[in-house]
Amino acid sequence: MSLKRREFLGAGAAALATASLLPRAALAADTIKLGSILDTSGIFDAYGKPMDQATRLAVADINAAGGLLGRQVEIIDYDTQSDMALYSQYAQKLTRQDRVDVVHGGILSASREAIRQTMRKTDTLYFYNVQYEGGVCDRNIFVTGVTPTQQVEVLVPYAMKKSGPKVYILAADYNYGQITARWIQKFVEENGGEVVATDFFPLDVSDFGSTITKIQQASPDLVVAPLVGGAHLSFFRQWAAAGMNTKIPLASTTMGVGNEHKVLTSAEGDGIMVAYNYSQELDTPENKAFKEKWKAAYGDTTGIHELAVSTYQGIMLWAEGVKKAGSLEHDAVVEALESGISIVGPAGNIAIDPQTHHAILDVHIMEVEDQKMKVVETLNQVAPVDTQAVCNLQENPDDNMQYEIEI
Amino acid sequence: MDISFVILVEMLYAIASLVLISAGLAVVFGMMKVINLAHGEFMMMGGYATITAVQLGVNVFIAMLIVAPLVVGVIGLIVERLVIRHLYGRLVDTMLATWGLSLVFIGLATMIFGNTTTGISTPIPGFAVGDYQINGYNFFIIVVAILLVVLMYAVLKGTRAGLIARGTMQRSDMAAALGYSPDRIYMATFFCGSALSGLAGAILAPLVGLVPTSGGAYIAKAFITVIAGGPSLIAGLVSSATSFGFVSQVFTFAISPVIGEVALLVAAVILLRLMPQGITSRFFKGKL
Repeated sequence: MSLKRREFLGAGAAALATASLLPRAALAADTIKLGSILDTSGIFDAYGKPMDQATRLAVADINAAGGLLGRQVEIIDYDTQSDMALYSQYAQKLTRQDRVDVVHGGILSASREAIRQTMRKTDTLYFYNVQYEGGVCDRNIFVTGVTPTQQVEVLVPYAMKKSGPKVYILAADYNYGQITARWIQKFVEENGGEVVATDFFPLDVSDFGSTITKIQQASPDLVVAPLVGGAHLSFFRQWAAAGMNTKIPLASTTMGVGNEHKVLTSAEGDGIMVAYNYSQELDTPENKAFKEKWKAAYGDTTGIHELAVSTYQGIMLWAEGVKKAGSLEHDAVVEALESGISIVGPAGNIAIDPQTHHAILDVHIMEVEDQKMKVVETLNQVAPVDTQAVCNLQENPDDNMQYEIEI
Repeated sequence: MDISFVILVEMLYAIASLVLISAGLAVVFGMMKVINLAHGEFMMMGGYATITAVQLGVNVFIAMLIVAPLVVGVIGLIVERLVIRHLYGRLVDTMLATWGLSLVFIGLATMIFGNTTTGISTPIPGFAVGDYQINGYNFFIIVVAILLVVLMYAVLKGTRAGLIARGTMQRSDMAAALGYSPDRIYMATFFCGSALSGLAGAILAPLVGLVPTSGGAYIAKAFITVIAGGPSLIAGLVSSATSFGFVSQVFTFAISPVIGEVALLVAAVILLRLMPQGITSRFFKGKL
């Protein structure tokens, strides 16, 4: 037995030694290094896996078109296993050992904040490609996902026009839900409506029976529900089970990000109004080409969601910035990206707002129909007004914080 | 008038779902003294068994009431034979072992079904009471919970098997001396407890979005209900589910759902401070 263990240890050590040699060999090649840091296993892998696939697709596209500055792009990726502690560890590795030229990744806001300062200290350009609560102000970071106002500003007037002025809000009880609920209230009031009640739910609440009764007592014209995660999906199901889905219209800023509309039956989901940057149903040549490429690479397109497309577009924006700068030097690329650069991605035109380093993008109002997101209206080039209210990197290039936006 | 009826239904529903969630644990923990930290995962597997059966074309009621309890019961049986039977009477060890099991089950469910939300829709349509819409499925849950309590009472009180099981749990050495094999009886009881957990998971499945980690949401409530119930199995289960369901719904309707959850926990703390041995150590003494 002891002999076997020793053999095993010896073999293991040899394997480790060879493995540690590999990155060094790769370093020698003259490639551009793109760091990717995502949860591709663990509880957030439903978000992370398609984002990882999108990263590979984007880099393959760039390389197929001849690479950047005449060099090929190489991905150096780490799986953070849905563990926040691993983010800081791998961020150190990416910036100090692998010395990558750019990092794309992070999913939860907590993961972004865990690595943002490391990126800043080491002058490593960082792209966060996720829908989030807004307010990050840092010249080293670019954000390509939608912020609450970009959705709410568009969704609330549309939904109120279809239903009426009395609105009931149900939100997830953490910073995203709290902040989004305040924005909803603001836009409801600006559009001449009234919020009759707001209820917050911890992420593990899955019983909404009493809430549904309370909503009926308040008898609103519209329910807006920024609810998050699997447990909260129960609300949509119980709402339909009570027969309410045909009585009071429902809008959400989160339903569908993890492809929830494919879990609900069409009887349960039909008619729910949402607003996002991307829908698989978008009828544009860019989206068709993107879906075909995705299908060729991964078999089928069911996995594509909002965050995957944001990741793809984030990498393409970075590539555009590098091309324009003609170098990989940090400040040159940032300046190129600040020059109002834009690309046409699967979700339409997307540009970088120089003032906030957030994205100006198309927002599509959609209604769930037969487990699909039917696009009913498109608003072109919506700016992140929430973050713009607190952040101006042109005047304050040294700013480095996440503002809590006062409304 | 309508609203008071609707609130009454919601309250009964809250009590009924607490009874369902806790029934399996009441058998495994209350009777057998096995701290089953994988109870929530047994429920989760009941949910997946139902959804899989429905997707294979089985009638949803058969899937919930027969397939899921059987599947989870058999899984419980295997677990009992492989792990639990070596650990009877060792409270801390069973805790550790069942906690490990819960991680294994979550991992297996993730491997088989993926880490995405799945679900089936409720088989009973909603209906109107005056100006209000009620979830028709709530009545189904209330009826199942009542039938379950009656059935448990009938089996434990009225049948020879129930008598033997209760006797063995109290004095297994005496049961053995009378010619019954405690080993077999423990096995059968654990099977029943697991099947009840599976049933609860199955019944609640159409109301929730199911993920492999769903079990975690039930475990705390189940333990609180069973512990606060005290030594009597059925009287304890019903009395503590009623108190907690009532308290949480009153606060839910008066203030908000979050306060409702908080009120449930505060009620549990106060109750256990006043009656450390549980409700049935003071009331309904000696009842089943």
